[in-house]
Amino acid sequence: MVPYMLLLPQLAIVTIFFLWPAAEAIQSSFYLEDPFGFGSTFVGLDNFTDMLTSTDYGRVARFTAVFTFFVTFLSLGFALLLAVKADKVLRGASTYKTLLMWVYAVAPPVAGLIGVLLFDQHVGPMVDLFAMFGWKMQIGVNYFDTSFAMIVTAVWKQIPVNFIFFLSGLQGISKSVQEAASIDCRSGFRRFWTVTFPLLAPTGFFLLIINITYAFFDTFGIVDVIVKNEPGNNPVTLVYKVYLDGFRGNDLGGSSAQSVILMALVFILTIIQFRLIERRVHYT
Amino acid sequence: MATITLDTVRKVYAGDVEAVKGVSIDIADSEFIVLVGPSGCGKSTLLRMIAGLEDITTGEIKIGDRLVNKVDPADRDIAMVFQNYALYPHMSVYNNLAYGLKNRGMAKEEIDRRVKEAARILEIGDYLERRPRALSGGQRQRVAMGRAIVREPAAFLFDEPLSNLDAKLRVQMRVEIKRLQQSLGTTSVYVTHDQLEAMTLADRLVVLNGGNIEQIGAPIEVYDKPASTFVASFIGSPAMNLLNVKADGDGLSLENGAGLSGSNAKGKDSYIVGIRPEHLQVVDGPSSGDGVNLEVSVDVLEPVGAESFVYASFPDGGPEIVVRVSSHARHEPGEKMHLHADAKDVHFFDSSTGRRID
Repeated sequence: MVPYMLLLPQLAIVTIFFLWPAAEAIQSSFYLEDPFGFGSTFVGLDNFTDMLTSTDYGRVARFTAVFTFFVTFLSLGFALLLAVKADKVLRGASTYKTLLMWVYAVAPPVAGLIGVLLFDQHVGPMVDLFAMFGWKMQIGVNYFDTSFAMIVTAVWKQIPVNFIFFLSGLQGISKSVQEAASIDCRSGFRRFWTVTFPLLAPTGFFLLIINITYAFFDTFGIVDVIVKNEPGNNPVTLVYKVYLDGFRGNDLGGSSAQSVILMALVFILTIIQFRLIERRVHYT
Repeated sequence: MATITLDTVRKVYAGDVEAVKGVSIDIADSEFIVLVGPSGCGKSTLLRMIAGLEDITTGEIKIGDRLVNKVDPADRDIAMVFQNYALYPHMSVYNNLAYGLKNRGMAKEEIDRRVKEAARILEIGDYLERRPRALSGGQRQRVAMGRAIVREPAAFLFDEPLSNLDAKLRVQMRVEIKRLQQSLGTTSVYVTHDQLEAMTLADRLVVLNGGNIEQIGAPIEVYDKPASTFVASFIGSPAMNLLNVKADGDGLSLENGAGLSGSNAKGKDSYIVGIRPEHLQVVDGPSSGDGVNLEVSVDVLEPVGAESFVYASFPDGGPEIVVRVSSHARHEPGEKMHLHADAKDVHFFDSSTGRRID
């Protein structure tokens, strides 16, 4: 009995904050809710078919895919580059690393806010910078410009996490293996792709999943601050659309159907992640 | 195959730590040189400087006739075997061997021929498709050796390659390394802290201490005529007995006054006298023969099979004395023992500098 008692708090939290709402969402995804809460009608899979056939949903899904791709690819790429460089720094290494990790401590909405300030129409330094190259950015008005600002802010926010993992991954690679490689291969570039990078692959796979999850779900705050609650024609992600349709559009059924789809997606990602971790190569 | 020349090579690390203090060695073609010394003596640093993994602060290193101070490790035409093998964990054994050749743009058929040949010599042909983690320590060691020999380099550099192996395998691999080096005739520099490994492998030994060369010579020469008390205590196991003695007119006496007889032939006030454990003979009574005569009491008898070692001390303290006795000799703790060493077997060292006096 005692073991179950010890598990109880955790089980309670999982049940109350995850299983219950999830069950509610699944249930309400089959109903059409009255906007004023007077009742609900069972509509079967109508919510899903409506959603999947709507052009708006397709547009948001496409943006989410593009957004996720760029955020994941760029934040991993930059973090790897910085980690490789930081790994080589000998003098003042800890200061350098601390500065790079700093952004990690910034909460997503705050990061979004900083992003908004950087890309502000009137005072944003980034806007000024791009204006010098003849690009007049219009955040919140122009679809492309807004997407660009969103991606840059999301990448900037995520680089530190990736950096920390990549750096520790790099430091986990045996010095003598790298030295052996430097005797076997003259070109540092080739050495990186044939020895260092494959040895970082386990870290890379893990981060890939983490980053996809991040781009999908944790960027809500950034999106929210940048579109300033005025989605209009602006790019939003699927998670943001769940919120918009449910709480701004009062379409709880449709919103639930969307979140069920997202849940399935997370479920698939989690399975992939577990598979990878299981099969994750342990080099000795 | 090539000579390796080190000319007053120094290594100074940040913070003015001088790891290697002006070392010069001329290594002949096909020679097997062993750098030996305690940890921190600079032997690994020296090897890594030859490999190009450490910068040379001052001095010159030449491989063949080529000055390599500024040459990239990959272009020095050397191959290195690391203590922890340093195999590429994500590559098969075959690719571990082939990697260095591929990067040099060698033709596939030639790579294949060399890898198969090395695998045959080292008997690792059955594991060519395996990953290093699926191999035992001894097999990994062979793969590391294989990676060095496929390159057919001018020189092999070994950085304590056997210290991760168990005792039995170490002896086996030691013999194999020696055999391999003799048949390939490749100039080799081998770093170890194990004096037995050093003695058995080397054509010439380089004994290092605190970044300086203490002595260079053939193993038996170093053993027979150690150049300093450091070499005397480092080479040979158990170590040479070293005693502080004072000249007492024509004779010698231990510093703490214990019985020691012998003649002062070198004309100094004090010495350090060295006697190898095998040169001390157990005699029946107080001996007055030429050489050194000691009276000690037995502390511990340590049988090692073919022989035994007696650890003994002087009645009123002073240094411990080790004596080699036959494996059948019986000595009880506390027993009095008279020892004699012939004059020819007694080494004299300067008591202040520790250098040998002949």
